[in-house]
This record gives sequence, structure tokens and C-alpha cells, in this order.
Amino acid sequence: MGERIVVDPVTRIEGHLRIEAEIKDGKIVDAYSSSTMVRGLENIVKGRDPRDVWAFVQRTCGVCTTVHAITSVRAVEDALGISIPPNAEMVRNIMEGALYMHDHAVHFYHLHALDWVDVVNALKADPAETSKIAQSISNWPKSSPGYFSDIQKRIQKFVESGQLGIFANGYWGHPQMKLPAEVNLLGVAHYLEALEWQKEIVKVHTILGGKNPHPNYLVGGMACAINEDSMGGLNAERLAHVGKLLKEGKRFIEQVYIPDLLAIASFYKDWGAIGKGVGNYMSYGDFPMNGYNDPSNFKFPQGVILNRDLSKVYDVDHRNGDIEEFVNNSWYDNYKEGADTGRHPWEGETNIKYSGPKPPYTHLDVEQKYSFIKTPRWQGKPMEVGPLARLLVGYGRGNKEIQDAVNGALTHLNVPVDALFSTLGRTAARGIETQLVANWTMEFYDTLMNNIKNGDSRMANMDLWEPSTWPAEAKGVGFTEAPRGALAHWIKIKDGKTENYQQVVPTTWNASPRDPKGQKSAYESALMDTPVADPELPLEIIRTVHSFDPCLACAVHLYDEHGNHISKVSNVGSCEI
Amino acid sequence: MATNNGVKETYYESAIKKGYDRRDFMKFAAFITAYMGFEHTMVGQVAKSLETTYRLPIIWEHYQECTCCSESFIRSDHPMVADIILDNVSLDYTETLMAASGHQAEAAKHDTMKKYHGEYILCVEGSVPLGADGVYCTIAGKTAKDHLIEAAEGAKAIIAWGSCATNGCVQGAKPNPTGATPIHKIIKNKPIVQMPGCPPIGEAMAALIVHYVTFDRLPELDRSGRPKAFYGKRVHDTCYRRPYFDAGLFAETFDDENAKEGYCLYKLGCKGPTTYNACGSMKWNNGVSFPIQSGHGCIGCSEANFWDNGPFYKRLTNLPGFGIESTADTVGKVAVGAVAVGLATHAVVANISKHKELKNRYTRGRVNEENLDKTEEN
Repeated sequence: MGERIVVDPVTRIEGHLRIEAEIKDGKIVDAYSSSTMVRGLENIVKGRDPRDVWAFVQRTCGVCTTVHAITSVRAVEDALGISIPPNAEMVRNIMEGALYMHDHAVHFYHLHALDWVDVVNALKADPAETSKIAQSISNWPKSSPGYFSDIQKRIQKFVESGQLGIFANGYWGHPQMKLPAEVNLLGVAHYLEALEWQKEIVKVHTILGGKNPHPNYLVGGMACAINEDSMGGLNAERLAHVGKLLKEGKRFIEQVYIPDLLAIASFYKDWGAIGKGVGNYMSYGDFPMNGYNDPSNFKFPQGVILNRDLSKVYDVDHRNGDIEEFVNNSWYDNYKEGADTGRHPWEGETNIKYSGPKPPYTHLDVEQKYSFIKTPRWQGKPMEVGPLARLLVGYGRGNKEIQDAVNGALTHLNVPVDALFSTLGRTAARGIETQLVANWTMEFYDTLMNNIKNGDSRMANMDLWEPSTWPAEAKGVGFTEAPRGALAHWIKIKDGKTENYQQVVPTTWNASPRDPKGQKSAYESALMDTPVADPELPLEIIRTVHSFDPCLACAVHLYDEHGNHISKVSNVGSCEI
Repeated sequence: MATNNGVKETYYESAIKKGYDRRDFMKFAAFITAYMGFEHTMVGQVAKSLETTYRLPIIWEHYQECTCCSESFIRSDHPMVADIILDNVSLDYTETLMAASGHQAEAAKHDTMKKYHGEYILCVEGSVPLGADGVYCTIAGKTAKDHLIEAAEGAKAIIAWGSCATNGCVQGAKPNPTGATPIHKIIKNKPIVQMPGCPPIGEAMAALIVHYVTFDRLPELDRSGRPKAFYGKRVHDTCYRRPYFDAGLFAETFDDENAKEGYCLYKLGCKGPTTYNACGSMKWNNGVSFPIQSGHGCIGCSEANFWDNGPFYKRLTNLPGFGIESTADTVGKVAVGAVAVGLATHAVVANISKHKELKNRYTRGRVNEENLDKTEEN
């Protein structure tokens, strides 16, 4: 038996994640991933107007804000047989593209960088040397010795103030921090620049969806009616603003994010052999260019790869029994068929039933159920989803653009293909695909502008808006590739109301507890064999977990078909102090 | 505010140390003055206050939420605010951004609770589930409720960010499966500022903190504990499409000819007439747009229980001040007629003047800055 360490809360993520790991001889020999928060969104949308549901489930996550809304309107449109106008498809693609740029860059700089960049060590840097490095890897204009010297002075004063704020108790000076001081300074400078930059690219959402976070969507298309000549609508000035924001966003990705990623990764090549994970990868595919029902026209291809074998890609079917969710290790009542059976999401039923330790607790009982996340499987197998999965599926499908992008990065870093299946591989894949998506988003924008120029201003198909036009019963599935991976919602509609709603989200796939066969999911699997230099400062655990970009609020949601616990809840609620 | 113990640094000192010059600092003060609704003559006082105030420690807790409030906050697009708020306010605990994880993170929080007992501001993002003894949200093995009570004890004041902390938001919608509970129903003995919205507007969040830092007191609040500066008017009253409402011109469905013309979205379910927020005046993401401008009705996200006041696309049938029986067409025409013959109700007059006042605040920000330029040139 090794030493059990607990990391709770895991910070710089969305939501509440707890990791418990057994360490023996300086390596992780067992790991458990648990989500400790639940809200019950699937239950809450039951009985509501399906056209409203996107707004409820959008609140699943305010970080990857939009993806649950898109997925939801797609599910309703799929159920009712609504096809959206080409302009709406492009506007949705543009908004999702802008989200990728924002989300991935913010993840790299603000959620992940402090695992690799030592802020305090940057004080030892020679700013002139940092400037040389910056100018050798990019044309980004802010790269003079004076600029980096100013940044360094700001950090110096900050550290001297004694109030370290968000940098308090960080992993500064940890033996796993390997960057030269000059590169640390570069990282810190761009951490601050990215914080300024990120509020610009989201304005694409504000123009097209009215606000960010949580822009508006619409079943049947989008609400931002086009009228080149109107003062209030999506006119020429507004459209030009979108184009400018996208162009500037792309420039930041190309000249700051990608060069920084490659520079920092080159000092951490050993992480190309750590954090391997389950070895099965799944992508639902996304960014349709000609309708949502034909994955062959998607920018990101769809498919499953097993055992790291890129020579064979399997098809994904959301409607047959391939995808199932298990609750054998999750804090819900078992299905009536038994603890070891799974259910397709259309038939999914969940009854929250916490059976973990009574708080306050120091350790979870991992012999029992240990998480609010359910356990999804594809043909009974655990899957990793996310940027790496998307690129590997694209690679395996023979997509030339994706193959070139991946090969280019491998050549630059001078690492073998196997290095992709790792913590480093996940972090690199996120950057590589951001560049691809930034390119594609310009293409979506040009397509939209050409459509409008050719006289097509349609933005919504309202033919089947009224529930009186719907069949008595219908069911549908909506899927997207969220920044964090494969996301799908399944809906059943009856008499104009939402009868059943299930979300299986990226972090459900990656962070779930073990299935009935004892198979680990992606996080737990990737943590195995990770070296931990100092159990008191488990930076290595944080690195691998962050390489997945966890989003826990997404992963946990319940619905309760019978509502048994609800009365109990309100009784307890009335005892509040 | 904290007393000077020789260690804590003022905002001014901090800004200068960070490489800003006196002019940047004065510009910042001018904008903040405008945000608070004061005239140019107040700039000096605001600047003086910033020069002599110490960095305010903040603990930012996350319970049942989606992190949209934190995301909105970091979008605040005001000159220097990202730096001032993120660096000069000492954000000592926030799970979203802090470097440390696990017990190092909890230790940082406890250090602040001890060292700045009675001085720090507690920001809360998320509701607290009271169902099943609080097991639906635990952090570091402790329930959200216990964390809240512990952190509130030494707080000088509490800011309840967003609809989750102020009214339970989406998880508190029927049937509220986890017993999601807003902060003010748990903490009774501390001043609580309510900033509803899903999320609140980033610039409003930043301005609230700056107000506290500047004047060492909370801004003027309404009966519900909301800052009057941001929640004093209905979205309807500040909406640039209001003239279409008054003229009885409405979009009948999404993307129809009237929608393309930018007519009023009332018939498509817009909740602007019953929603108090600054979306129509401040707008979002540095004034770029707001939901109605981008073609979608307001869903009322800053009103308590807005999730259960839907469906979102059903028109309001009970317009305050206009009578239950009014339809969209008659409401518009009646309102216009009333103004025309000088029989405007108090509500209408009040709303128009409020509208002007809000717009003026933005103009004032620019004027303040121009005045400052002139002063410096002289």
C-alpha cells in the first residue's frame, strides 16, 4: 500500500474536481477522479418547452459558453426535422470557431501555463535575452528588451508587495519547473497580454449573440437577422467588425500562442512519455459546411480509434446502442436491470443517491461509489475525447490538412508520433487545432459574406416553430465537438414538451469513475505511472489533469424520473439557518 | 479600509510601480468617477481615495455555478481595470485562476481569513445546496454551506455574484433537485450586495469593486440589495428599440421583414419590460451589443425565478403600468398617445428621465476625460 494523496480542489478548471492518488516509490500506482458537485439540470428541463431548453443547458458551463446551446438546438432540430439556412450554419460555425480561439488560448495561458511557467523565476531573467528569444520565434511586435524589462519590474514590485493574490502558494521553484528564466519571463508577459486579448475575441459572440458569456441561440437558425442597410440589425458595419475581430484573433494565435507553445514544449519533451491514457479516442466531428446530417462535409472528421492504431477508424452512431452510460460507481440509484448494466441516453434514467462519506471527510471510500459523474462507454470501451482525439481521428481518416498540421509540429519539436499519446501531446494538440480552427473560421466568415452578397439573407427557418406543427412524439440527438471534446444531448419530445433529456459531455467521458469491468476512464488511466517528486506539492498530477482541460459542471447533471428525493430536499431546505 | 501597517500598498503606489504613469492613473479615476454617476468635479476626490487606499483582499468562492460570472468579470473591458482589479485588488482565493491547488489553495484562503479578519471582501459565485445535508457540493471534503459560513464570519461585506448566489438561478428552477439556496438565506448578519444576472455585466462587476475600493463603502442599494446604478431601470426603458414599441411596430416572428428592420421583440417574448438591468445602457463587452440589439428578446436573466417565468418566447401578458388586458398593439399606441397629449403617467416620465440619466453617464465619462486633457494642456 502506498501513500494516498488528495488534491481537492483542483483549481484552474471549471467546477469541482477531486483527485485521490496512491503513490509508491515516487510514482502513481492508483488514481481516482471524483466530481463533488451536482445541480440536476436534466431534471429541471423536463416538461419545459423544447425551444427554451438551449438556455437552461447552456448554463451547464459558462467557460465553454455556447456549445451546450448549439448542441441543444441541434437536438431539437434533429427531432423535428428542421434544417437551418446556410447563413445560420455559418454564424454558428463562426461563434464556435471564436470560442475555440478564446477557450484554448485562455486554457493555455491562464489555466495551464502556471504548471510549466515559474512566475517567480522570471525575476532572474535577462530581458535582453528574452527579447532575442521572442524575436527569433515570432513577428509579434511587443518584443523589445524594454518591454520585457518593464514586465519584469512589474512582477518584482508585485512579489515585493507581499500580497501575491492568485500567485500565492504556487509551485514556484518546484524541481519539475524546467524553463530557463528568460522563457519564464516570456510566458509571464504573454499571460498578461492574453488576459487583455481574450476580452476582444468574445465580441464576435456579442455581435452575433448579444452577449458573452451566454450568447443567444435559436431553434431553427439564429436570431441575428441580416439587413445590410438597417441601423439595428446585422448590417455591413457589424459584419465588418466580426471580420476584424476574427482576423486579429487569428494573428494572436499565430504570433503568440503557437510560438509560445512550441517554445515551452521543447523544454518538456519528457512529458511526451507521461500521461498516456486509455489509448482509445473518439470524435463526433463538427463544423459542418453543408448541413449537420452529413459528417463527410465536416471540418473535423468523425470516428473512433482503438488502441492507438491510426490505421483503422470506426464510425460513430449516436442512435444505436453503441453509447451507454453506467452508474455502478456513481452516486445514483442503480438501474433496475442491475448495477452492471448500462443504458443508451435516450433511455437514460438517473436517481441521485449520495452514498459517499458524510462531510467533512478526508478520504473517499473508493471501494464504494465515489463520484457524481456517470460512466459512459462506446461499445463497452472507455474513450478519451478532446483536441488530441479530434486530430488523431482526422489523421486516421487521411485528412491532409490535419495530417500536415500534426506532422509539422512533430517535426518542429523533433519528437516521434508516439509522443502524441501523452500529457504533452494533449497540450500540443490543443494549440495545433486552434490554428486550424482560426483558419477555418475565416473561411466560414467569407462563406457567410458571399452568401449575403449573392442575395441570401435568410437566418432562421421558422416553418416548424409552432408546436402545433410538431408530431405528438419525436426524439433527436444533437452533437458537437466542444473545445473539451465530444458532446451530445439526447431529447425526447412528447405533446410539445420535453419528455426526457440527457447530456453526455466531454468531461463525463474523460473524468468518469470506473465501469463494471473495472476499466479506468481517461483521467485515472493517464495518471498511472506518473512520477511525483514531492507528494506535498503534486504538480505532476495537476499537469496531466489540466492537459485534459477539465470542465466539471458540465460533467455532472442528474435527472430524477420519479422525483423521489425532491420532497426530501425541500424538507431539508426549510431547515436552513 | 485597512489601516496602514507599513506593508500594504495603495492603489496609486501600486499602479505607478506597475509602470503606469500619473496620467494613466488620472484617466482611470476619471472613468471610474463617471461609472459611479458623478460629475467631473468629483474626479479629484476619487483619485485621492485611490491614492490613499490599500489593496483590498478578496476571497472568491465557487459553489453550484457554471463559472460564467468569473468569465464575465475577466471580460471587463475598461481601461486599466483588468490590471487594477486583478492585480491591485489582492485576489487571494479564486479556484478559477489561482496557481495553487488542493491544500495549498485552502491554506492561502485561510491565511487571508486570519490575517485580514474583518477586512476582506467575500465574493460568492454559485448557490449553496442545502439538500441532503449539503452533500451535493463539497470542496476539500467540506460542504459549500460550511465553507460559506466559515468565510463569511471574518468578511467585511459579501458580494453575491450573479443569479446563482442571489436567487439560485438554473439549479434553483423547479423542482430545485438539490435545494439550491441563495446566500442571503444563509448569512443574515453581514451586508450583502446582490448582483443578479446570468452573468452580470462584466463592467458592472468591476465598477462595483472599484466603488468599494474608492469610497470604502458599498454603493447605494435598492430594497433588494442591488446597486441602483445598474439595476435602477428596466431594460425596456433604456432599449433603443423602445420607439418601435411605442409606435406599435413589432417583429411577428424571427427573421421576418420586421425583425430585419429591427422592430420591437415584445411579441417574441422579450422580457425587457419586466427586467431591471443595465443591458440597454451599458450594453455588453464594452458596449458592443446586447441581446435585443442582436435580434433575440431579453430572457430576464437578472430577475429572481426567471427560469420559471417562461416560456421565453411567450409574450408578456401583464405589463406593469399598462394594465392586464393590454395587447402589444394597444399598449404601444396608448403610450404614445398619452405622451403626445401630455397625460403621461408618472412611470413613463420617470422612465424617460432615467433613460437620459443613464445615457448621460457614458457621455460624462468621455467629457471627464476631455476635461482632464484640457486641464493638463493648461
